[in-house]
Amino acid sequence: MSQASATSPGKARWLVVAVPYVWLILFFLMPFVIIVKISLSDTAISMPPYTPVFQGFSTLRDFISQLDFDNYLFLTEDPLYSEAYLSSLRVAVVSTLLLLLVGYPMALCMARANHGIRPTLVMLVILPFWTSFLIRVYAWIGILKPEGLLTLLLQSLHLYGPDEQVQIFRTQTAVYIGIVYSYLPFMVLPLYSALEKLDGTLLEAANDLGCPPWKAFWKITFPLSLPGVIAGSMICFIPITGEFVIPDLLGGAQTLMIGKTLWTEFFGNRDWPLASAVAVILLIVLVIPIVIFQNQQRKAEGGKA
Amino acid sequence: MKSTLLRMTAAACCSVILSGPVLAQEKVVHVYNWSDYIDSSILEDFTKETGIKVVYDVFDSNELLETKLLAGGSGYDVVVPTAPFLARQIQAGVFQKLDKSKLPNLSNMWPEVMERLAKYDPGNEYAVNYMWGTTGIGYNVEKVKAALGDVPVDSWDILFKPENAEKLKACGINILDASDETFAIAMNYIGKNPDSKETADLEAGGEVYAKIRPNVKTFNSSAYIDELANGDSCISIGWSGDVLQAKNRAVEAKNGVNVNFVIPKEGTYMWFDNLAIPADAKNVEEAHAFINYLMKPEVIAKASNYVQYANGNLASQKFIDESVLKNPSVYPSEEMMKKLFTISPYGPREQRVLNRIWTQIKTGS
Repeated sequence: MSQASATSPGKARWLVVAVPYVWLILFFLMPFVIIVKISLSDTAISMPPYTPVFQGFSTLRDFISQLDFDNYLFLTEDPLYSEAYLSSLRVAVVSTLLLLLVGYPMALCMARANHGIRPTLVMLVILPFWTSFLIRVYAWIGILKPEGLLTLLLQSLHLYGPDEQVQIFRTQTAVYIGIVYSYLPFMVLPLYSALEKLDGTLLEAANDLGCPPWKAFWKITFPLSLPGVIAGSMICFIPITGEFVIPDLLGGAQTLMIGKTLWTEFFGNRDWPLASAVAVILLIVLVIPIVIFQNQQRKAEGGKA
Repeated sequence: MKSTLLRMTAAACCSVILSGPVLAQEKVVHVYNWSDYIDSSILEDFTKETGIKVVYDVFDSNELLETKLLAGGSGYDVVVPTAPFLARQIQAGVFQKLDKSKLPNLSNMWPEVMERLAKYDPGNEYAVNYMWGTTGIGYNVEKVKAALGDVPVDSWDILFKPENAEKLKACGINILDASDETFAIAMNYIGKNPDSKETADLEAGGEVYAKIRPNVKTFNSSAYIDELANGDSCISIGWSGDVLQAKNRAVEAKNGVNVNFVIPKEGTYMWFDNLAIPADAKNVEEAHAFINYLMKPEVIAKASNYVQYANGNLASQKFIDESVLKNPSVYPSEEMMKKLFTISPYGPREQRVLNRIWTQIKTGS
């Protein structure tokens, strides 16, 4: 045994490297291939509701000769889909910026707080996860609806008359509130971990040399926290683009997002092939930011070395 | 035909308490029904009488049920799809034929309902009606009167005429988010065949909603019950039993809201929710026992009294509360029955056209 492990350190290393790849192949690549496969078939009234394509390698030739991209072509023909993609991306961009605006000061305060209370602060950020995500979004309905808690609060403060009601529920504003609330921990934690590592002596030096605090922030703190900003933005941006639950519960009928479009294709139209094509395109739209992110990281690491 | 996720969760919790842990040797039946759609004491009585445990689970949209059934291996023994969905699912091979020798209570069923259901399930081979109802108008009596004056609420005009919708905008209009039904109603309203699948007819039907779209506050199929009950909205296209539940909730809350349901004189869509057994059900024997039990007149009458929907069981009518049986919103008059229409299922292409128009209307683009 010991001999074997001593003679093959290469094998052990290979195994360690293989684990994440096996994971990726099993839980990312294979489901993706299945979805691509379904996206190339046609709907049918059967179980499952699409015509089978490509049943084994013996039929590979038939499969390739019959390959049709009708579903993808359809996505380009109807403006509904491009509008839904664009509106989802817009919501994701705006939400990510809002998250940065709210999350950055939070993370900065946490990083500057006493060492003693930092773990408590991190705990407080994570605490909402102890309640189901769905329940928390439902709680927002209770707060935002016309006769909800927000209206009662404003009325009791006499900022609103007894007949005035907050008209936020089922609007785009409600969607942004819900998204920013739900994703805030995912933004704060990477920012905090980047800001916490910041060397305080750099700011002291800047101060000694007469640099005003706001300038020191932009010249030192912000650039050094950039990896955290990028990590947090990616972690939020990608799932927000495909978000379904929050717009469905808090948004109005006018909220058009790709998650809802996908739902309608899959459930309403029972068109699994087209729904799969929508999902494949969504993935491609999201892969581009990931690639940018990885490039950025590689650069950051290269800089350090 | 309704409800929210919250209530689904609540009901799911109840069902766990009801059934308890299921042992391997125990006889069991897995039932998947609409939320808020049964008097839970019926399930307890069934277990007492037959020794078969009921694992009861609920859904709130036909789409959800259909997707589970089409994916296969749902694990349910009895499911409750609505008629046009049922027809398509039969075609897809989702269900097994009922063994009528195990369903002696079939003799209690209402021939007229069975005949109408046969449009979807020729020969009534796959399904037995559970409840049926209509899609009409639910409204807040005082608020509609305040907005429109003392006009009779008995026509789709009250909602579909843009000048009326404009006056009702302030107190809140909801439209059911069920495109197949809303379009059938609109096409019937403008004098077209409600069962038409022609793109031009569907577009004309959609135009009815497009005209009133700026005045519509919400499109939902479950939250509207509470919104009607607490006065958040004053008028909605709604399912009969749902609106009657809203009426009862308002009475219980003593909030002064008076909700009423009306089947408009132009006629409306009649739907059927039906009991069927998936082809891959594991407890076929128990599923038949459950369906047969639900066809007992006094049992299904208890369910109707509770959920305020009409059932397809003629023999049950003598056990149904006067207030339910004599309510024309639940059991319409002979004359009204003739004006109620059914629709055949949508094909894939037609369904896409329909939902495309519907999405366009809803998003207001």
